[in-house]
Amino acid sequence: MNIKITGLFLASFILLFGALHAQTKKQPTGQTTVRASMARGKIVYANVCLPCHMADGGGVQNMNPPLINTTYILGDKAALIKIVLHGFNEDVEINGKTYSNSMSAHDDLKDQQIADVLTYVRHSFGNKASTVKAAEVAKVRTVSKK
Amino acid sequence: MNKKIFFALCLSVFATGGLLSFKLIKSDNSFSGPQTVKSGLTLPDGFQAAIIADNLGSARHLVATPQGDIYVHLAGTKNGKGILMLHVDGDKATLKSSFANFGGTGIAIKNGYLYASNNREVYRYKLDDKNEVINPDKPERIVTGLIDRRTHAPKAIELDNDGNLYVNIGAYSNICSEFDPNKTGCPILDSAAGIWQFKADKPNQTYGDGVRYAAGLRNVVGLAWNQQDNQLFVMQHGRDELHNLFPNLYTVHQSTELPAECMFALKKGDNAGWPYVYYDWMQQKNMLGPEYGGDGKKPADSKYINPVAAYPGHYAPDGLLFYTGNQFPEKYKNGAFIAFHGSWNRAPEPQAGYCVVFQPFKDGKPDGKWEVFADGFAGTEEQKASGHAVHRPCGLAQGPDGSLYVTDDNQGTIYKITYKKQ
Repeated sequence: MNIKITGLFLASFILLFGALHAQTKKQPTGQTTVRASMARGKIVYANVCLPCHMADGGGVQNMNPPLINTTYILGDKAALIKIVLHGFNEDVEINGKTYSNSMSAHDDLKDQQIADVLTYVRHSFGNKASTVKAAEVAKVRTVSKK
Repeated sequence: MNKKIFFALCLSVFATGGLLSFKLIKSDNSFSGPQTVKSGLTLPDGFQAAIIADNLGSARHLVATPQGDIYVHLAGTKNGKGILMLHVDGDKATLKSSFANFGGTGIAIKNGYLYASNNREVYRYKLDDKNEVINPDKPERIVTGLIDRRTHAPKAIELDNDGNLYVNIGAYSNICSEFDPNKTGCPILDSAAGIWQFKADKPNQTYGDGVRYAAGLRNVVGLAWNQQDNQLFVMQHGRDELHNLFPNLYTVHQSTELPAECMFALKKGDNAGWPYVYYDWMQQKNMLGPEYGGDGKKPADSKYINPVAAYPGHYAPDGLLFYTGNQFPEKYKNGAFIAFHGSWNRAPEPQAGYCVVFQPFKDGKPDGKWEVFADGFAGTEEQKASGHAVHRPCGLAQGPDGSLYVTDDNQGTIYKITYKKQ
């Protein structure tokens, strides 16, 4: 690599760093909030969901349903939040295939954690759906408490 | 990058590609070293595999008759039928008939009857002197009313030489936590998580008519009667989620490898210890489960039986067969083949299994280290590691000429593995 190119690289690094630094000082915009929620959600996913639903959200044949492009994930948020809070104990049919493993309740997770992980899932594996907020989880938790 | 370097790179890519394709062609046709045959399987020297049927549906267990027919049980029905009868001629199997209005896993032949199960019942069909089903629409119901709560619901079956039928009734739970929150004792063991013994010829039996032959078995799919030892051998699917449930006691890697998938040689009244116990194949002992005060170091109560052989965690043993044929080399005689369906609970580490293993035996007991016999069912390394395997081994059967049949319940493929002396 010649000196000119090295210089160019250095300069772009400095510019990039400066830009990032400036951004952290600003009020978080909608975009950065989603990004932060996604990042936290990814960690929750890895610890809680990944062992059954897999890193790519593809699930497991006959057992654990995929989280890719299904109405369970992309549809009604309250119903989705309920599944996380209370678990799931029925056969699920997706694209003609049945998945039969029981999912345990995850009501030990905080509202923010559930919001983060669902935001992550609804924005990953090719999914595109709106974010989930902690207040929405709190509401479902209160309403569905027995 | 200048043009010369770019050209050189292109050349080397082409050269490597050429070498690779040459190697593939060579390994297809040559007989030296572990070979990849057209079936995509890797086998020891001298063995070959052929795909004799494909796209059958979810092919679970199968049995072979002396006349060269095979009965294959599908997990669900296809065109309304749950059992397929095919005739094998060389490397080709032709569908002769299909019957049974139920899908399932268990299928076996004994004393002139074909036995087959769904998730709640066991039926039998009378066979004629050519081992063909006489009245496919009128099976006799032998066992009914078995518990089916989705998880571990398939009822694998086996028969002994004294008129008994053995049925696996799997635990409808990973580790009984949801049914035993106060750890006072798992309440589902009275009707699940064990092998039940019934009379092979008495109609409409249920729990009250049978005997819980062995308890504390989480789930068994592969099971076989060992004729040398006159004993039932079973393969247990070990528990899941050690790390996920107890992150402070088990690392991700420990949870990937543990607990062992176990082979048990059962006697009436044995208890293998689920959910209180799991087997650690690295420490080679039964451990007290973390739900019941274990910490990865405390051993289990010695009243629970030990396995006779142990395999890596989550491989999912779905088929067990004792090889009694004369076609394969001497070392295989009376040894066990195990079909491992392949893992899911090894994530985030790579998934594994998806192979047929050979376990050497001597005098009716495992003797020596197991070895992978047939591999490559999953497809590429990436397909295997991600768990999106193309084929998944499930059932095993021995043909009249000593060939080994393997089913795949993902694509409905049937493999025939044969041996030719070098």
